[in-house]
Amino acid sequence: MSLTPPPLFLARRSYRRRRLMDAARLLPLLGLVLFLLPVLWRPAATAEPDTARGGLYLFIVWAGLILAAYGLSRGLGPALAEEDKPEGAPDAEG
Amino acid sequence: MPFDILVAVCLVYVIGLFIVAFAAERRARRGRAGWLRSPLVYTLSLSIYCTAWTFYGAVGYAARSGLEFVTIYLGPTLVFVGWWWVLRKLVRIGRAQRVTSIADLISSRYGKSNLLGVIVTLMSVLGVTPYIALQLQSVTLSFGVFASDTPEGWALPDQGATALWVAGGLALFTILFGTRNLDANERHHGVVMAIAVEAVVKLIALLAVGVFVVWGLAGGVADVIARIDASRIADWPLEPGRWAGLTFASAAAILTLPRMFQVMVVENADERHLATASWAFPLYLMLMSLFVVPIAVVGLEVMPAGANPDLFVLTLPLAAGEGNLALLAFLGGFSSATSMVIVASIALATMVSNHIVTPLWLALRRGNAREPGDVRSLVLMARRVSIGAVLALGYSYYHVSGGSSALAAIGLISFVGVAQVLPALLGGMFWRGATHVGAAAGLITGFAIWLYALFLPSFGTEGLISAGVMEHGLFGIGWLRPQALFGIAGLDPLLHALFWSMLLNTAAFLFCSLVTFPGPMERLQGVAFVNVYDQTAGAERWSRGGVGAEAEDLLSMSQRILGAEAAQGFFQAQAAAQGKKGFLPDTTPEFVSRLERQLAGTVGAATAHAMIAQLSPGTTVSVQDLIAVAGETREIKEYSARLEAQSEELARTARALRTANEKLTELSVQKDGFLSQISHELRTPMTSIRAFSEILMEPDLPDDMRARYAEIIHEESRRLTRLLDDLLDLSVLENRRVQLTIGVANLHDLINRAVLAASSTRPERMFRIERDFPAEHMPIFTDTDRLVQVFINVIANARKYCDAERAVLRIEVRRRGTGVEVDFIDNGSGIPLRAQSLIFEKFSRLTDTSRAGGAGLGLAICREIMVNLGGTIDYVPGQGGAAFRVALPLRRKPGAEGGGVNQL
Repeated sequence: MSLTPPPLFLARRSYRRRRLMDAARLLPLLGLVLFLLPVLWRPAATAEPDTARGGLYLFIVWAGLILAAYGLSRGLGPALAEEDKPEGAPDAEG
Repeated sequence: MPFDILVAVCLVYVIGLFIVAFAAERRARRGRAGWLRSPLVYTLSLSIYCTAWTFYGAVGYAARSGLEFVTIYLGPTLVFVGWWWVLRKLVRIGRAQRVTSIADLISSRYGKSNLLGVIVTLMSVLGVTPYIALQLQSVTLSFGVFASDTPEGWALPDQGATALWVAGGLALFTILFGTRNLDANERHHGVVMAIAVEAVVKLIALLAVGVFVVWGLAGGVADVIARIDASRIADWPLEPGRWAGLTFASAAAILTLPRMFQVMVVENADERHLATASWAFPLYLMLMSLFVVPIAVVGLEVMPAGANPDLFVLTLPLAAGEGNLALLAFLGGFSSATSMVIVASIALATMVSNHIVTPLWLALRRGNAREPGDVRSLVLMARRVSIGAVLALGYSYYHVSGGSSALAAIGLISFVGVAQVLPALLGGMFWRGATHVGAAAGLITGFAIWLYALFLPSFGTEGLISAGVMEHGLFGIGWLRPQALFGIAGLDPLLHALFWSMLLNTAAFLFCSLVTFPGPMERLQGVAFVNVYDQTAGAERWSRGGVGAEAEDLLSMSQRILGAEAAQGFFQAQAAAQGKKGFLPDTTPEFVSRLERQLAGTVGAATAHAMIAQLSPGTTVSVQDLIAVAGETREIKEYSARLEAQSEELARTARALRTANEKLTELSVQKDGFLSQISHELRTPMTSIRAFSEILMEPDLPDDMRARYAEIIHEESRRLTRLLDDLLDLSVLENRRVQLTIGVANLHDLINRAVLAASSTRPERMFRIERDFPAEHMPIFTDTDRLVQVFINVIANARKYCDAERAVLRIEVRRRGTGVEVDFIDNGSGIPLRAQSLIFEKFSRLTDTSRAGGAGLGLAICREIMVNLGGTIDYVPGQGGAAFRVALPLRRKPGAEGGGVNQL
């Protein structure tokens, strides 16, 4: 925080952060929908072998969720740090 | 592989863990925790979610039901990916309230109610003990694999003995590193570090086996996919209910499993670690699950038909002759089992010692907290004994169940059991209306259904629930069949129990919360939990002045819990923060609630509160204090209002006194006046009598003069007699010694008599009397002569003093209820205001004596007569002249006023 950032920039950044929080809240819902999606395929009802396909699908979704969570956690880290500030010693980093 | 080597490897590994834990403890104690507290270690420590059940069991699960095993990891993945919803708040609350366990969290949220702590503790012990048994079983089984499948062929030692050794070793480790320090906020660095190492070992082991299977035994990814399609589990028998239900149960379990709560919340050093764990932990889970299906498929294909799929992770490398890989896999499984047992027993022991042992001890020694008994060592000992007891319980469970296959299912059963805490947990975090009655009702309902519908039937029909009950329901009631509650049959038993227990649990929780009213402490805690982001400092819960505890007592108690050094350090720091030197800070509310939180980190919120409350006699719970203070304030306000009223009354009295005093002063003046008057009144006639009698003594006095002087003497002596009569009369009247002769008469006649008698006064004057004859006719019971005397006096006064040109006296008679008022109003100038209060006094005369021709006793006598008759005579101002009102009852009540009775 060496320079006072222009207000527009600040507002934009906090706006981004809000949307990141929204995304973090939505991500598990998305994951839930994707994880429950195989129910609609009714794999038990069909004769064709679908364990491999289903497994691949699940692991791809899983990996996707992890990547998304990684991105979000990087974005939300500073938000947490700022939230913590009033409690402890002032943070050196900006 | 020879047994000796296996045991040796195990021992070396365990010793390695001891060293790691010890080094971590030492490092942390030197204040160089540094990377020990990194997000990576935090994430790895979370891996105790993956127990031996995961390590070995997932492959077996996959071999039996295909991809369903993955639900156990999808639930936690969703919870962690969605950390912004629940986990962040949970960790924040845990840190703000210094929560020591999930039981402590629930108890703290619902007004520090220890009952809830006990319920959750019992549920956890019951749900987790079989799980510990499962770990012991997996270690013994894995030993067995090496025993049977090696050419060296050594006889497997007694399985029970193996399990006993493992349990004993784990107890030792856990006690050594799990109960080193009491303050949960100092955390178990050694344990966490050892768990992190174990997490790495088990991940590497499973990945190594997976890589070996995919690229060693099979021909790469494409080949594995082809093999999967060709295998027994090629078709995915997805049951939608189980799929969703298990995902939910595992998601709930990761929040409510005591061991997960321990590493996730209690051992959390920094909230930001969650951000890393939000993706790193799902990644760990995914890596752990990645090779499960390939291992299962290849195992099913390669291994003989009867082989136990639960042990494919071990048996596949062994069968392929990869002894070292098998050893690594064994260590992985060993790690999974031991880390889970260690953390679970720490978590359970914390609950048992904080919610059962210490409160019991406190209750038994109530009021003796000041005694120098060492609480610290008691709590530590309680925790050590609890760890031993938990492990003993797990071992005996294992021993009793005989390592049966029933154990394999216990993982999911345990999940459903601990998931019963979820409604109370989430409700407490997000809903201020949740009450402890609701939480208890929900917990007990869910727990009972879980016991009846899932846990007890899991022992089989020979077990605790008979076949008859299973078939026909409890007491033969059909809809109470354990696996078909309410007559809904055909559901998967696990799903059935999960559905009903969670549904009724939540319903009971919500309903009872809605209809009950939370206590003050509960409401305060509810706010502190639900609005945890708004109040990082935490609500101050000790009211100023309500804290009766002395700093010294608090210090001596804290020393016994936190340890002398830590407690003194804390007190010194607090004193310094208050700007004081030494070890004893002022017991301000801030300090006491900070101390309470510090103690809560060691012995739990409820116990800490109880201990501090014990040191503050008369103040049990601070909210009650606040309410008491509020009550006192109200009392003070009431008191001051009363004082105000009193002072107003005093002011009134003072005013009355002042008036009385003024009157007294005037009376005293009058008294002097009276004396001089009376001597004057007596002297005047006496003087003339003496003078004229001296003249009469002259010898040569003409007869006519003699007769005139004798006449004067006679007149004067009559006046003198009249005066003395009046005085006597007044004295009699004043002393209420007068004898009244009550008779009946017509008021009209009485007034007539009075008017007639008074007409002798200044008979020369034109004086008109206006009367209203019809109104005057009424019978009156009183002393008629005395009343007439009053009337005469008043009328005579009017005749004497009315200064109008054409004097008119108006006599008005009015009935007033049981009395009568007679007003005598003339048209003169009236009596000056100042004199109005004096005219009824003795010898008060407005003008000089000569004009009056009386001694000024008339009105005084009138007043006394009226008092004797039970009535009054008053001057009524503002009537356009002098106005006297005589009021008296129509029928004098006997004995009402004097009347011959000597009254003072």
